[in-house]
Amino acid sequence: MAAATATAALAPGQALGVREVGYVEAPIRAFAVITAFWGVVGFLAGVVIASQLAFPLLNLDLEWTTFGRLRPLHTSAVIFAFGGNALLGTSLYVVQRTCRARLFGGEEAGWFLFWGYNFFIVMAALGYVLGITQGKEYAEPEWYVDLWLTFVWVAYLIIFGGTIIKREEPHIYVANWFYLAFIITIAMLHIGNNISIPVSLGSSQSYSAPAGVQGAMIQWWYGHNAVGFFLTAGFLAMMYYFIPKQANRPVYSYRLSIVHFWTLIFLYIWAGPHHLHYTALPDWAQVLGMVFSVMLWMPSWGGMINGLMTLSGAWDKLRTNAALRFSVTAVGFYGMSTFEGPVMSIRAVNGLSHYTDWTIGHVHSGAMGWVGFITFGALYYLFPALWKKKGVWSEKLIAWHFWLATLGIVFYITAMWVSGIMQGLMWRAYDELGFLQYSFVETVEAMHPYYVIRMLGGVLYLSGMLIMAFNLWKTVTSSEAAEPEPVPSSAIAVAAE
Amino acid sequence: MPTKIEKDGVTGRETTGHEWDGLKELNTPLPKWWLWTFYASIAFAAVWMVLYPSLPFWRGTTQWIAREAIVAEVAEANARNAPMMARLRAATPAQIAADPEMRAFALAGGRVAFANNCAACHGAGGQGGSGFPALVDDDWLWGGSLAAIHQTIAHGIRNTEDEAARTSVMPRFGADGMLTNPQIGDVAEYVLSLSGRSSDPAAVERGRTIFAENCASCHGDNGRGNREFGAPSLADQVWLYGGGKADIIAMVRNPRLGVMPAWEGRLDPAVVNMLTVFVHSLGGGE
Repeated sequence: MAAATATAALAPGQALGVREVGYVEAPIRAFAVITAFWGVVGFLAGVVIASQLAFPLLNLDLEWTTFGRLRPLHTSAVIFAFGGNALLGTSLYVVQRTCRARLFGGEEAGWFLFWGYNFFIVMAALGYVLGITQGKEYAEPEWYVDLWLTFVWVAYLIIFGGTIIKREEPHIYVANWFYLAFIITIAMLHIGNNISIPVSLGSSQSYSAPAGVQGAMIQWWYGHNAVGFFLTAGFLAMMYYFIPKQANRPVYSYRLSIVHFWTLIFLYIWAGPHHLHYTALPDWAQVLGMVFSVMLWMPSWGGMINGLMTLSGAWDKLRTNAALRFSVTAVGFYGMSTFEGPVMSIRAVNGLSHYTDWTIGHVHSGAMGWVGFITFGALYYLFPALWKKKGVWSEKLIAWHFWLATLGIVFYITAMWVSGIMQGLMWRAYDELGFLQYSFVETVEAMHPYYVIRMLGGVLYLSGMLIMAFNLWKTVTSSEAAEPEPVPSSAIAVAAE
Repeated sequence: MPTKIEKDGVTGRETTGHEWDGLKELNTPLPKWWLWTFYASIAFAAVWMVLYPSLPFWRGTTQWIAREAIVAEVAEANARNAPMMARLRAATPAQIAADPEMRAFALAGGRVAFANNCAACHGAGGQGGSGFPALVDDDWLWGGSLAAIHQTIAHGIRNTEDEAARTSVMPRFGADGMLTNPQIGDVAEYVLSLSGRSSDPAAVERGRTIFAENCASCHGDNGRGNREFGAPSLADQVWLYGGGKADIIAMVRNPRLGVMPAWEGRLDPAVVNMLTVFVHSLGGGE
């Protein structure tokens, strides 16, 4: 705290050398704390709705606590509250350091982003519970909340872009390409998918401008690229900073980072129609969505290669650095999900997987394994860094968190694979006379044990998160203070200055 | 930082010479397997786009249309079953039940049709529930012969959509002031005595007269019911809305009258016949 207030006195943009730029840190500390907080909330909501699916009695027969209302609460809490705050916080941290420039707009800009974005989260969540939703998956908030987010997001773009413009480094670091792609594309997607007309000026509800299959296409152009640019590009940016930092190794391949960056952002934006296979969407759009998804496989894996291969020469650190273990395992899950995704986008596979739990399992190997783990790794790095501590309070608890969460994911995704594929096969099973073999309710009954296993997986994952929250709290309040002015060391260069 | 290219001791690769906050990058070329797999996926995409509709005005060399494919598949399935469906449409449920081939087909198709149309109210196994009669026993409200079951399925009960729907009304004895509360209590006690569950002989005696004057015309002198009106037997242990004294009093006060939709017109007549045979086979068919 003392260091931050001392350096905050420097004029914005005043570059006095590598360690003398007064980086904005207080709002980033707030972002780090709220990320952990929303993590607990979001995972808890997940456990609640998973339990409701296994035991419908838990809907409690109250409109506010039914699955239909709590499900968007869960998805938004993990994607936008937990993931979003992690992205905003780390981006402000990374952009300043890799540009060697104080945040554009200074501390006030950082605080505006923090309060503005979290006000959006609370407004959205209130709407879900009260039944105010426009019914678009991952874009549930109504028009007045959308307008506010647009305002905050444009401010974010200006703050982030402004910092890049006034950078002291001649080149823009790869993490910042990904952050910028994330910010710009999310702005475009958010506006594109939320064009609507309020029922009346005083009404909280609205009509969507596009309807029917056009509306569906725009929704999944948005929905898929929310995955692509929010949950992939944004978190790849995180990976590109925190993995080389923690491994203390250079990024594996600059050339690969260029090629996979441009191919990823070019190809991703076309892949949305694979969410609408076998629907009223014209065949040509479905086929186009499928082939672009298949081509997306290698560009996605480019990020995985760069993340994993950066560890060459530093693999031993996985034994000693539990936070790095999270980051690296995250990349593994990323590779798995980005292979599974193109496979599921193939029409014939999709004919089996679509509308089943397989999709839910796929999303969660990405969300829990990739997004969650890369964020945990970043938070375990950021807390000591932001509070000037020697390290996280307990390495042992990080290890506990790691194994609980990993086991939770394994429970979750294997249960969903089995239940999803079983569900898909039961739906399409015919007897020898050509009649359906199973009624719908029989398939629901068959999934019950897997729903219970999934719920247990969620409980394990949540337990890990609670351990983390406790560990981070102890780090802030009781860890040993770091030496002042830690000198960064590098494996390949003694003195770059 | 000034540009300064260095050699990495571990991999032997050179860096790009840039540095950000202590982070550097190696200038490693693209992995060959990565590049060739990427090219292969592009080649696959190109071939697929030629074969299938992939642009607004390109229908693909295969001229494949998803909708036509599914229409053809459905038509093929329908054609395969068409002769049998025609037979089932023309036959009466009794003829179907007597013919082993038609009966086997009807039971298979009836099971699915039941699961998709009937199970929501009557239960997955036809076991029924509160307010929805069980179809697995021999306690029929409107009759358990094939003809009676067919009539019920085809036209339904007390619905407004089908003029041939079965219908009957039980008066609201309490709500409309036809009987007083003590009278209703007495008649409920009498109804309990029909299944041997009353412990108040005086009330039973008082109720007997009330029953004879008000209830017997539909439920019969001895309370054994009357299928003509869908009036349930009150002398057994099967209860649609509960058989406790309080349940009986509630029904006499303000009866609940179950409704079932008519399925003729919604379902193929052959399917109505299949359902008839299936329901008849559940255990209580007459």
